[in-house]
Amino acid sequence: MIPALNPTPSPLVGEGGKALGSRHAAPPTPTLPRKGRGNLRAVILVTLVFVSSAVLAADQAPYQIGDQRSGYTYLPPELQAQQNDELGNQGMLWVERGAALWRAPAGTAGKSCATCHGDAAASMKGMRASYPRWNDGLGKPIDLEQRINLCRTEQMGAEPLAWESEALLGITAYVGRQSLGMKIALPADPRLEPYRKAGEAFYNQRRGQWQLACSYCHVEQVGHHLRGDLLSQGQTNGFPIYRLLWDRMGSVQRMFRWCNEGVRAEPYDFGSDEYIGLEIYLAERGRGLPVETPAVRR
Amino acid sequence: MNDAVSRVRVPPKAAKGEVIEIRAVITHPMESGQRVNELGQRVPRKIINRFVCSYNGTEVFAADWFPAVTANPYLSFTTVATESGTVTFAWVDDDGTVYSASAPIEVA
Repeated sequence: MIPALNPTPSPLVGEGGKALGSRHAAPPTPTLPRKGRGNLRAVILVTLVFVSSAVLAADQAPYQIGDQRSGYTYLPPELQAQQNDELGNQGMLWVERGAALWRAPAGTAGKSCATCHGDAAASMKGMRASYPRWNDGLGKPIDLEQRINLCRTEQMGAEPLAWESEALLGITAYVGRQSLGMKIALPADPRLEPYRKAGEAFYNQRRGQWQLACSYCHVEQVGHHLRGDLLSQGQTNGFPIYRLLWDRMGSVQRMFRWCNEGVRAEPYDFGSDEYIGLEIYLAERGRGLPVETPAVRR
Repeated sequence: MNDAVSRVRVPPKAAKGEVIEIRAVITHPMESGQRVNELGQRVPRKIINRFVCSYNGTEVFAADWFPAVTANPYLSFTTVATESGTVTFAWVDDDGTVYSASAPIEVA
C-alpha cells in the first residue's frame, strides 16, 4: 500500500501545462516601479513555470506514466483529497460491505470466499492490477467481476451476483482495494492480443446517432471541457469508482454503457466480449498507472 | 435498507480537555421524494432525517437532515474529550429504522 497517494493536491493543469481556470493562475505580481517591470515579470513567470512543473512532476508521479494520466489528475484538489481520505471516500463503504461478504458463507457448498482464499490482504494482492485474464474453462478472457461470479457458481454452489448489485460491487471493490497503489500490468498472454486489438478498434470506431468514437473525447479533446466536466483520458485504473453523478459505486462496464448511451449508441451487455476487449485495451494502454480502487470521480 | 453500512472515526486515545474530531459516514440513498421513475410515478421520500451522536449517554451533536442532503452522507464535527467511555452514533430513517454504530475512546 502506498502512503497517502497525494497528500498535497497539485493544481489542475491542462494539455501543454496550461493552468486551467483563473483559480489556478499565477498570483498577481506585486506593484513595482515602472522601470524594469517587464523584465522582472518575465523572471517571475519563468520561475513560476519551473517551480510548478517541478512540483507537478513530483506530486503526480504515481498518477502519470509517460503521457498516460490517471483520471485523478483531472480532479479538483477537493475531490483528490476526498479520494485519499479513508473515511471521506464513500467508496470505502462498499469496501467495508465487501469485507463482510468475503467472510460470509453462501451457496450449497457452505463456503465463503475466505474458506479458500483466506486473508484477502495476502491472497488478493495484485488481482485488480492483472485483470482481465484468460480463463481456460470458458476459452476467453474474463474480468474481475466475472471471476468472482465464476467462483460463486463453480466453487460455492451459489447464484451469480447481478452486475451492479451492491454485493458484486462490494466484493469487487474489496478485492480491488488489496492492490491499492500497485501498477496495472496484465500478464503477457498472446491469447489476450486479439481482444486487445478488438478493444482498440472499438475505441476508435464511430458509433451511435452522434457518430462519436471514444477517442474523439478521450484522446483528441482531453483537457477540454464537455459542458461542466473536464475530459480525461478515460483510464480505468480506479474502478470500481464512487461516482458523484451516480451517488454510488459503479463498475467499469457501467461506465462503458453510460458513455455509449451518451453518444446515443445501443450499449452492449454487461460482460460482453466487446466490453472485455475494451477493458483489456484500456488496461494495456494505461499500463503502469496505480490501482486507485475505489477512486472518487465526478 | 437494513443492511446499511456505516463507518465512524473517534480518536482511540485523547488527553482530557482535548478537542477531538469525530467523523461518520453511512450508506443511504437519501431519496428526496421529488423524483419520478420511468413510469412517471413519484418515488417516495426516504431519507435519514436525524443524526445524533452521544458521548457516554450525553448528546454532544445532533442534526436534522432534509431532502437536499447527499446520498451516503458524510459528517465531521468536534467535541471535547472529557472521560473514557463510548461514543455512539444513531441515524434515524424516515421509516423509523435507527442505524447505529459506536466507538470506544480512552481519555488519559
